[in-house]
Amino acid sequence: MSLNLDPNLVDPDGFYQALLDAHEGLDAAQSAEFNARLIFVLANQIGDPELLAQALEAAK
Amino acid sequence: MTMQDRYPIAFQLYPYQRSADQDAKAPVTHPVVVVGGGPIGLATALDLGLKGHPVLALDDHEGVGQGSRAICFVRRTLEIAHRLGAGAEMLAKGIVWQKGRVFHDSDEIFEFDLLPEDGHRCPAFINLSQIHFKKFLVEAIERANADCAKIEIRGKNRVDAIDPGKDETVVDISTPDGSYQIKANWLIACDGARSPIRDMMGLGFDGRVFEDNFLMADVKMTADFLTERWFWFEPWFKSGSSALLHKQPDDIWRIDFQLGWDIDREKELKEENVRNRVDQMLGGKVEYELDWCSIYTFQCRRMEKFCHGRVLFAGDSAHQVSPFGARGANSGIQDPENLAWKLDLALRGHAPETLLHSYDEERLAAADENILNSTRSTDFLTPKFEASKKLRDAVLTLAARHRFARPLVNSGRLSVPCVYDSLSGFGPDAIVTPKRTRPDAPATDAPLADGYLLDKLGGGFTVIGFGTSIPSAQNIEGLHVAGLTIDEISPETRERYLGDEASAVYLIRPDQYVVARWAEYDKGKIASAIRQAIGKDNKCP
Ligand SMILES: Cc1cc2nc3c(=O)[nH]c(=O)nc-3n(C[C@H](O)[C@H](O)[C@H](O)COP(=O)(O)OP(=O)(O)OC[C@H]3O[C@@H](n4cnc5c(N)ncnc54)[C@H](O)[C@@H]3O)c2cc1C
Repeated sequence: MSLNLDPNLVDPDGFYQALLDAHEGLDAAQSAEFNARLIFVLANQIGDPELLAQALEAAK
Repeated sequence: MTMQDRYPIAFQLYPYQRSADQDAKAPVTHPVVVVGGGPIGLATALDLGLKGHPVLALDDHEGVGQGSRAICFVRRTLEIAHRLGAGAEMLAKGIVWQKGRVFHDSDEIFEFDLLPEDGHRCPAFINLSQIHFKKFLVEAIERANADCAKIEIRGKNRVDAIDPGKDETVVDISTPDGSYQIKANWLIACDGARSPIRDMMGLGFDGRVFEDNFLMADVKMTADFLTERWFWFEPWFKSGSSALLHKQPDDIWRIDFQLGWDIDREKELKEENVRNRVDQMLGGKVEYELDWCSIYTFQCRRMEKFCHGRVLFAGDSAHQVSPFGARGANSGIQDPENLAWKLDLALRGHAPETLLHSYDEERLAAADENILNSTRSTDFLTPKFEASKKLRDAVLTLAARHRFARPLVNSGRLSVPCVYDSLSGFGPDAIVTPKRTRPDAPATDAPLADGYLLDKLGGGFTVIGFGTSIPSAQNIEGLHVAGLTIDEISPETRERYLGDEASAVYLIRPDQYVVARWAEYDKGKIASAIRQAIGKDNKCP
């Protein structure tokens, strides 16, 4: 299986806003910590090591 | 008495003329008075005038103001303009575009092609200056008047005070010849974002101000840039945090620079400084003339409600959005579209006055949708805090490399008409597909054997039978209801109206919204849906 790099978000603008809302009021360090936690939550959903390796590559 | 213009005029369209009302002993009463001759006021006057009502429009100037405002008009607006008799001129003058490029710094991160869908009379959007948009509406009013409409526009008639009563509103007007009074049974305030009427009534207008300034310059040049929308985030020419280049008719190009919050307006507006920015953007070798420039700040806000007794608000006076997505005039024009037929039925006694509550309900929902969309665009363009800037930049970096990130790039989501999902005036959806023409949604245009579907809809309610025959005219609830039978089903018509059904019956409102739909014709069901649509059957009064 290969990583889906085509548009797949059902509501891109809604997700983007939810993400901003989650960061609202955090300082820089807290935001970085939040992002780190979010990465693990999303990675767990993906699960597959091959896909995760491709995701790490795509984000470089 | 002299009256100073608040802004310079591009075209004089309705020069001041003394009216008999100014010499009347007692204030003359008018059934409908529209305050404001902007695009929304003119569309309101025209729509009601075409429906046979005498309309008086008052504007404090004598024509259309110079300056860069709306340039992008979308399909729904053009369809409405067509119904009002002003569409052909707009299409002839406007520039059709569909391609755009998005840059970050000096890199093109992607290009897009808003592939047009076939089978519509009107293109997805055109670029046309608001000046021309307004001029074509005034010309359509003149044509309507030559054909029995009674629409009067009084230039240099400024409303200074109003006294709203239960049945009529007293209006104090200033003119170059002094002041006079009239009375209005209904007053529609289309007096713009700073609405003096709203202030006179002490009504609020709350929302968000975006801490940013935008320099808009219209330049005239014959250079042959493509007819595309070019948008820069953090442009390499270091002119603010975003910039836009877009073509208008007559070799005019709209250029926007996002300047930031702490600026010296006067300095920025100096011709040499504007030229400096434009030179950098265009690469310095291009000849051009500066046609107009101004600096704007933007806000997103609305009134709590638009109906206040017999004073109704429409357009920017009722709601204001930032311009990303071209939602100001494009959504504003749907206010009179929604309002005119309801007021028409109320004035004729065919519907209760409470039908106008649905104007509030529907257009408030639309205003919220527009505010949501333009707020999101503004938040993307102007990240408010460090983390949101990081996220925004991450999207831009990813979008250059991966297609998936492109839908997240938000430099404005172009205006689409609101679907009034689950509001009270709409009836049953007895067939389930297609989704785009469900009840609560505007009817979509489609090609017929002899023209276009929307052109066949008259000014009243229409029942359309796709693949099933409908009586061509009938009287329901005292209303003339037109019938349209469509036997030859084009592929577009099938996809937009029938889906998998063999036949379908649609009830369409005068503003071309779908009220209800069924697989087969049943007069009783249609009558009950009409009762609901005109507020005679309100389950929750
Ligand atoms: C830079 C910029 C770019 C924009 N781009 C777009 C775009 O691409 N697409 C889009 O759809 N929208 C756009 N808009 C928004 C659009 O210009 C407005 O939504 C539109 O003008 C609203 O029309 P209106 O008739 O409600 O108000 P206005 O156009 O403001 O008209 C109000 C009228 O009322 C008159 N008036 C005011 N007070 C009185 C009084 N006391 N008595 C009598 N008359 C009075 C005024 O003189 C004026 O003629 C843009 C706006 C800006 C600023």
